[in-house]
Amino acid sequence: MSEIVLQIDGKEVKAAKGMTVLEAAQSAGISIPTLCYHEKLEPFGACRLCIVEVESRGWTRLVVSCVYPVEKDIIVRTRSEQVDRIRKMILELQMAHAPDSFILQDLAKEYGADRNRFEKEPSFCIHCGLCVRYCAEVKKKNAIGFVDRGIRKEISFVPELASKECWNCKECFELCPTEALQAAYVLTEALTSPALSFKREAAK
Amino acid sequence: MPRISSADELAKVSQEMIARRDPNKPRISICAGAGCVASGANEVIAAFKAEIEKQGLTTEVDTKGTGCPGFCERGPILVIYPEEICYVQVKPEDVPEIVSQTIKEKKVVDRLLYADPATGEKATHESDIPFYKNQERIILSSNIKIDPKNIDDYLALGGYSALAKALFQMTSEQVLDEVKKSNIRGRGGGGFPAGRKWEGSRNAPEPIKYVIVNADEGDPGAFMDRALLEGNPHSILEGLTIGAYAVGSHEGYIYVRQEYPLAVENVTIAIKQAEEYGFLGKDILGSGFDFVVKVHQGAGAFVCGESTALMTALEGRAGEPRPKYIRSNVVGLWGRPSVLNNVETWANIPLIINRGADWFTQYGTETSKGTKIFSLVGKINNTGLVEVPMGITLKDIIYKIGGGIPGGKKFKAVQTGGPSGGCIPEELLDLEVGFDELSKVGSMMGSGGMIVMDEDTCMVDVARYFLNFLTDESCGKCVPCREGIRQMLKLLTNITQGKGREGDIELLEELSETAKEAALCALGKSAPNPFLSTLHYFRDEYEAHVKEKRCPALSCKELIAYHIDPEKCNACTTCAKKCPSEAIIGGKNLIHIVDQEKCTKCGTCFEVCPSRFRAVTKISGEPVPPPIPEEARKIVRKSKQK
Repeated sequence: MSEIVLQIDGKEVKAAKGMTVLEAAQSAGISIPTLCYHEKLEPFGACRLCIVEVESRGWTRLVVSCVYPVEKDIIVRTRSEQVDRIRKMILELQMAHAPDSFILQDLAKEYGADRNRFEKEPSFCIHCGLCVRYCAEVKKKNAIGFVDRGIRKEISFVPELASKECWNCKECFELCPTEALQAAYVLTEALTSPALSFKREAAK
Repeated sequence: MPRISSADELAKVSQEMIARRDPNKPRISICAGAGCVASGANEVIAAFKAEIEKQGLTTEVDTKGTGCPGFCERGPILVIYPEEICYVQVKPEDVPEIVSQTIKEKKVVDRLLYADPATGEKATHESDIPFYKNQERIILSSNIKIDPKNIDDYLALGGYSALAKALFQMTSEQVLDEVKKSNIRGRGGGGFPAGRKWEGSRNAPEPIKYVIVNADEGDPGAFMDRALLEGNPHSILEGLTIGAYAVGSHEGYIYVRQEYPLAVENVTIAIKQAEEYGFLGKDILGSGFDFVVKVHQGAGAFVCGESTALMTALEGRAGEPRPKYIRSNVVGLWGRPSVLNNVETWANIPLIINRGADWFTQYGTETSKGTKIFSLVGKINNTGLVEVPMGITLKDIIYKIGGGIPGGKKFKAVQTGGPSGGCIPEELLDLEVGFDELSKVGSMMGSGGMIVMDEDTCMVDVARYFLNFLTDESCGKCVPCREGIRQMLKLLTNITQGKGREGDIELLEELSETAKEAALCALGKSAPNPFLSTLHYFRDEYEAHVKEKRCPALSCKELIAYHIDPEKCNACTTCAKKCPSEAIIGGKNLIHIVDQEKCTKCGTCFEVCPSRFRAVTKISGEPVPPPIPEEARKIVRKSKQK
């Protein structure tokens, strides 16, 4: 197996071909913040919090470490003024939706993020997709998915599947970085509102 | 028609097609592109068929609906051959006169000719019209000669001869080299050299490879790909097949948006005909090369024009870009090497193969070769598709071809590159059009949208409009794009409503940086461009909105008021009658007053006030003068005084 040597935060790190920069850093005990990453799941590259600086042949650019493959002799910097500024902004944007998430609050402290910078739209969900992907990739049930796109995108359980699959599983609940209750709420909504609308129809 | 099974046979068939057509036989070509169809082209075609039959000329005259020649502003448009007389804005009731005068008597119907709006000068031939005269139409010029539903028309113009040349006189490597030498860059937005993209796929070890046509044209106001796919579908199929041969692919896809039903119809017919003739399928032209093409209809998402999102959608999943740092020409559709090029790029390929890279590179600038089709829209006299050599100045496009700004208004900016492009101000109109030239000034080539704006356009509102478009069209996957755009739109909306606060501009800049540096795909990275370029060139407008609550273009509803100048009002009562919210205190011989409480700022009074008075004015950033006292409102007319 070919080994690739790269440098992360001044430290020489050995990695296997095909590994991502994030994996290489983790293996060397260097921490990079993440929100949508999970070792059991395919990299998603959505939260962009794990952004780092990579210098290669004299060129420096910003890449997302959870999907960027390791390359020979690259120099990775996990913190820089710009990296920190972008992470701070990402956290502030997320906290408009989930201001009380403990994970976000801890990270906010680290990066000096202001949880009140943007007007609150507490939807709780930060679209990390952990629940959606875990259900699809690990449980292979697809009982929860994303609906719509753009700023209207949200997670939703598929009532027909959820009513069969979810009560005995609920493994996605604890993956949620904002509130375990969030998934519970969406699940309850999916399971109760068809019944409600059915009742409404019946009442007519 | 039996399959054509050699290059010689193709040459013979083409010769027969040409020989069968009498060049002196009158032929009426009527644009049947979506634009002209919308203005009644199908009715005109039907009227011609009926009239020709009525006058007993069925065997003597050919009538056909063709592809779009580009001059949509004056549609329905037609050309009569062999004289090449061009008539514009033709209506069914004009048809009998055209048949009896022009077809029978060989006389020109003067009133149907194009007349220059400025000079009144008439133009008889297509090539005399300034709109066409200043273009370099190497791709679009075939459209008006072709019935897109009839492959024979394409063959009569030498169609598929480039494919025969590639298959029989060139190795696949030579084809690739010729395309590389032409230096053609992708016409879809990115401007990546097509040859290098092809080479990457060709060299990729995976044996199954794909070639794909990106016809998901999604920029507001852009329709060049539609015109090509509707008007000359075989040229795209030919280019795609040549590309497949060069990279070693045997399967191609056309990803076309569902909102282009005519393009879907025409390209589907074209594929069927090409299969029958032996230009697609097994053993093409007896060369041993196999290639099939399938049409895939997109469900209508702007983001699916992005290469990886398009491929994800082709696979049957939600159209979201992939987060991978590996190019799709190596790992693309179903994880296999996939060459994705835009419609216009593919349409150029047969020309490059037939005429050579050296011919192609004579057009253009150092780094941008060939021609480019733009859809020229907005506040411009000649709306339509224009094909120009790279390196032409914006000024020539807007004034020489576009005919300038209507209504004597002043030019303000031109927006290029679609929603992720930028606005270019007047002082840069001498800029030469090219991929790098446009990027340098903060805009981009994009797929070729060109929206002209006049002095009445508020640049803050333009940025707000495009950000609003993007909030719907972002796929919503990554935070910098989804959340960044959401907040940017909120800030921009507030600014246009006079609720902008000190620091908003800086916050917008910070959000822009995050999107630009950290978004997942090119769409997210370029999403702040409408804001950044308008801020760069029109910062004073942003500041006027935020600091003075003033809209310099007098456009933002919340920041303007309508006022009737008592000195100019003649009490004609027009505005009072037309006001939909009864906000004008009028009366006979009484100077009119706008009731600011009731006014909804619809602008009707401003539009209907007779130009000889121009009494209604727009005010922004200053208080509306108090209404004149009741006793001063009476107008004493001179005629009555006597």
